[in-house]
Amino acid sequence: MNWFEKLMPSRIRTEPNSKRAVPEGIWAKCPGCGAVLYRAELERNLEICPKCNHHGRLSARRRLDSFLDPEGREEIAPDLESVDPLKFKDLKKYKDRLAQAQKDTNEKEALVVMRGRLKGLDLVAAAFEFEFMGGSMGSVVGERFTRGVDAALAQGAALVCFAASGGARMQESLFSLMQMAKTSAAIGRLRQRGLPFISVMTDPTMGGVSASLAMLGDINVAEPNALIGFAGPRVIEQTVRETLPEGFQRSEFLLQHGALDLILSRRELRDRIADLIAILTHRGPV
Amino acid sequence: MDLNFLEFEQPIAELEAKIEELRLVGNDSAINIGEEIERLQTKCRALTESTFSTLTPWQISQLARHPQRPYTLDYVPRIFTGFQELHGDRAFADDPAIVGGVARLAGRSVMVIGHQKGRDTKEKIHRNFGMPRPEGYRKALRLMELAERFRLPILTFIDTPGAYPGVGAEERGQSEAIARNLMVMAHLRTPIICTVVGEGGSGGALAIGVGDRLLMLQYGTYSVISPEGCASILWRSADKADLAAEAMAITSDKLKEHALVDEIIPEPLGGAHRHPDQMAASLKEALVRHLDILADEDLDDLLARRYKRLMGFARFKE
Repeated sequence: MNWFEKLMPSRIRTEPNSKRAVPEGIWAKCPGCGAVLYRAELERNLEICPKCNHHGRLSARRRLDSFLDPEGREEIAPDLESVDPLKFKDLKKYKDRLAQAQKDTNEKEALVVMRGRLKGLDLVAAAFEFEFMGGSMGSVVGERFTRGVDAALAQGAALVCFAASGGARMQESLFSLMQMAKTSAAIGRLRQRGLPFISVMTDPTMGGVSASLAMLGDINVAEPNALIGFAGPRVIEQTVRETLPEGFQRSEFLLQHGALDLILSRRELRDRIADLIAILTHRGPV
Repeated sequence: MDLNFLEFEQPIAELEAKIEELRLVGNDSAINIGEEIERLQTKCRALTESTFSTLTPWQISQLARHPQRPYTLDYVPRIFTGFQELHGDRAFADDPAIVGGVARLAGRSVMVIGHQKGRDTKEKIHRNFGMPRPEGYRKALRLMELAERFRLPILTFIDTPGAYPGVGAEERGQSEAIARNLMVMAHLRTPIICTVVGEGGSGGALAIGVGDRLLMLQYGTYSVISPEGCASILWRSADKADLAAEAMAITSDKLKEHALVDEIIPEPLGGAHRHPDQMAASLKEALVRHLDILADEDLDDLLARRYKRLMGFARFKE
């Protein structure tokens, strides 16, 4: 938040998400190294800091837009919307949280799935919208994902998923837990058919999303320095009173411990993933 | 305060103590107080019935975690014969928080897998309070794949606060271990019946919870996060666990209403720990009944139905 925003009374403060559509200012500060960057250039650079290579968050739409070929895109199940099966209410109603998230992100839910092409290869790609309730997985996220799997199965295409999620959506309780089983079961079908599933973990990929679809890639990829794990670092510190090792639950840590195949910079994702899929499916260079 | 009784059961505990006292008096005196004892026993039963007919979700949550509640290894000898425990994940360690082995159920060869909590302090620590580490899920997976190779139906018993939030568990990839179990269980070519016997805590529970049937003991709970965890995130205070337990619909009746659970197995009055033999008998009856049906099904049909069942766990509009 900049000093000007702080001065504004909260009622007329602009929504945090309008930052993305209309840049709040000309300058942005890199959360990684603190460098002051030209906002437009940062955006052109896919939110990667040119000074320290910090990979900032990318919205689901921009992610898919920057990844897929421009032609032949078609969104899968765009009209699916969450209901509130438990009439869940904490300090706020779940319904209100959903409405607010929809307003803030201009998305109906926390996962966007598209049929499209990657350097000419048929593909289904899914991307989590972290700004939508922390990218949490409820019924609609699970359903969109499995419909994406169905589309890949129908077309004999590969599936790529960009995860960015805090985990399960508590407001859907056991329904959200069951999405872990549901998405994992669907990935099992891709495996049976020999269709590649490339999982790309971005910052953060935690909890129920990490412990289901995200870790089940035929190839597990992560962006640099992404937080990836099951239990959150604070929970681990509090419950177990263990000091956390340097770089704990970061991509490089996971690579070292054998959980990832490779770490790729956002700039090379298109080329490298296209080639991975081409090799796995016995095609020449694309 | 009697520690075998939960806070909301204290009036029952007091009555029972009074009955016990009278019994002692009755033994060494000539006065006939049998009538008085009988009167108090009727009162005690009525009180227990009324207390247990209006339990809140938070109270049920405490029952599911009752220190006297039967655990997997309490049920095994009461339900199965010839149980032989099998150990280890063949990669790193044997996790005592998940036990498993081959056995017979009503004459049929089966694989048994379940979470295991400890009874006394030493065993609690040994069992890590029933919180599995990655080795536990991998042992379970190894045993399930063994079961598939030898066409043994699998019976799992769920009773865990959740996955263990530790450094080592993360280093050894607990996300991957849980995820792999979910994927493999969904397509394993043998019938799987899962029963929540105590606490169904999140991913640690689900990791042995994917199958053809989900049964649940009456006072079991099953949720995506513990009521305390949910409360501390959404209410910003773990003290609101009772509200979270209510909101998350973690009890068997609610889950059955939402068609997430196939059958509720009623517990004896006062909970499973009051009459473990009776509880085990009802559980065995249900397991045999479901297994008889599943064992007769064509495997491809069974797997297709299992998949459809998993896909159906969702509520949305379009």
